[in-house]
Amino acid sequence: MIRFLLSRFLQGIVVILAVFVITFVLQKLSPTSPFNGERNVSAEVRATLESYYGYDKPWLVQMWRHIKAFATFNPPDCVKSPGRGVGEVISQAFPVSVALAVPALLIALAIGIPLGAIAALRPNTFDDHWATATATLGICIPSFVLGPLIAMIFGLYLRWFNVAGWHDSADWVLPSLTLGLIYSGYVARLTRGGLRETLAQDFIRTARAKGASEPVVVIRHALKLACLPLLNFLGPTAAGLLTGSMVTETVFQIPGLGQHFISSAINRDDTLAVGITLLFAVLILVFNMLVDIIQAALNPRIGLKS
Amino acid sequence: MTLAPPAPPKALIESPWRTARRRLFSNARSVTGLAFLTLLFAFCIVGPALSPYKQTEQNLDNKTAAPSASHWMGTDPLGRDVMTRTMYGGRVTLLVGFVATGVAVAIGVIYGMVSGLVGGRTDSAMMRVVDILYAFPFLNFVIILTAVLGTHPFLVGAEAWVLDKLSVIPALKGAATDLGFNASFLLLFAAIGAVEWLTMARVVRGQVLSLKNQEFVTAARSYGAGTGRILLRHLLPNVIGPVIVYASLTVPGVMLLEATLSFLGLGIQPPASSWGVLINDGAQRMDTAPWLLLFPGVFFSLTLLSLNFVGDGLRDALDPRSIR
Repeated sequence: MIRFLLSRFLQGIVVILAVFVITFVLQKLSPTSPFNGERNVSAEVRATLESYYGYDKPWLVQMWRHIKAFATFNPPDCVKSPGRGVGEVISQAFPVSVALAVPALLIALAIGIPLGAIAALRPNTFDDHWATATATLGICIPSFVLGPLIAMIFGLYLRWFNVAGWHDSADWVLPSLTLGLIYSGYVARLTRGGLRETLAQDFIRTARAKGASEPVVVIRHALKLACLPLLNFLGPTAAGLLTGSMVTETVFQIPGLGQHFISSAINRDDTLAVGITLLFAVLILVFNMLVDIIQAALNPRIGLKS
Repeated sequence: MTLAPPAPPKALIESPWRTARRRLFSNARSVTGLAFLTLLFAFCIVGPALSPYKQTEQNLDNKTAAPSASHWMGTDPLGRDVMTRTMYGGRVTLLVGFVATGVAVAIGVIYGMVSGLVGGRTDSAMMRVVDILYAFPFLNFVIILTAVLGTHPFLVGAEAWVLDKLSVIPALKGAATDLGFNASFLLLFAAIGAVEWLTMARVVRGQVLSLKNQEFVTAARSYGAGTGRILLRHLLPNVIGPVIVYASLTVPGVMLLEATLSFLGLGIQPPASSWGVLINDGAQRMDTAPWLLLFPGVFFSLTLLSLNFVGDGLRDALDPRSIR
């Protein structure tokens, strides 16, 4: 276990470093510096800004400065708002994204798992067909179509919630519902696939042969293995949701990490964009590791691969 | 005594492609998907010629009009016909979807084949890279890339080069101009192609690994076939089934990525517009003109649904061992 964690940790450092370098180089590919875009900025002010953020130094020096700053959890200021640290923006936006992500995941599981289980337990029946069709539909409606539709129905016509914004305590409902409905499609598909595959295996036949009732077979024997594909999917998905769904937050104008990332990329707020990307990469790594550990606990045959 | 001519031998064994086709067409969902896609292609490709309006034709006397007999899907705030714009947007979305998938497939097939054929340490190193890349926040990369490179002089040069090459065939050049082809298309082809190849590489590599030690490859080698010939004549035909399956399953993902970027204002740039652009326009005016959102949104969702149906059908037809 300790070897596993250690090797994952070292691997993680390499990945994070690679993610940083790629993001940095992508930003440097730009034909303009982030300080050129602004009007009414005198050459003098620009030069001051460039030296404040170290943009007058060679690339490698800039990179090293950034690596040092992020590695010591002391990230630089946002390029577009001097004096405001990247860490400050992230620590304000992260809780907002989490407040959307947690209910969204719960909605996705609450709808998806029963739907997938119905489909898997009655294969090739009418129930299977409608459940699978509903799940596929959920996958195929993009969030930027479903989001506005939900906002239109519940916000504009029924007036149950605000159409957009982050002012009331109930403003998480519509974006979480959007995300939950979409991910429930994937959850249902994976549950169905995993359960069907597991139910066809020999140990299930054995369990039935020794007289276990159908609910016991499904819940005690099949479910543990059947949720492995789902678990694999949930790792990166949870990481993605926690760092903010860029599209859904943009649709509902939620000041979470996703929306901050989009605007930082568009406005060339380079340091903020790097910071959010790095946080995303860290979360993906952490969740993948958690998934691996849970997987090994559920299925001893898998074990911890380092 | 005359002998009756021998009866022609009856085909006892169906060719694999025939089996696949039969399976595909006996699957109700993939037939529905294919039918919808056929209609959609006709709508997007032939439609503009039949439409009395042009994509950019404005009529400020009839702006934001609800669907009517003269404008079946209504008009937008500039008085442009939504149906005609949906046709052109569909052309762009389909074009980007298929070309970017082509780029991704090419990268994935080459990477996977090399990895599988070379084997050994190179193979494990190459696959390790793929494993690691799976954990990368690619959407972030693509967004930064499209935001940063949108105005890069290199892209403008590439656009001029492509238009110059296209002008060899005037009809093609005309179609490209009509569509509003510009540098943002090229950026999307490259950016999406660069991130969607991972699964393809894994699939192809697995296939090559399982094939390369089989007797027919040894046989080919024994009569002196070189690596290139084995690759092209013996391995590629056997890999092509799974490649088709995963390519068809990649197309909807690619289209979704394009539309997402366009929705965020980072994808297709004016004068062209894709469904993502139209949906974004519609989402901003859903309170006064819901048809601006509904029509492109429904078209796009149905297209993704059909592509998924066809992809699943192809998988069942070409790769019968796989369990969904």
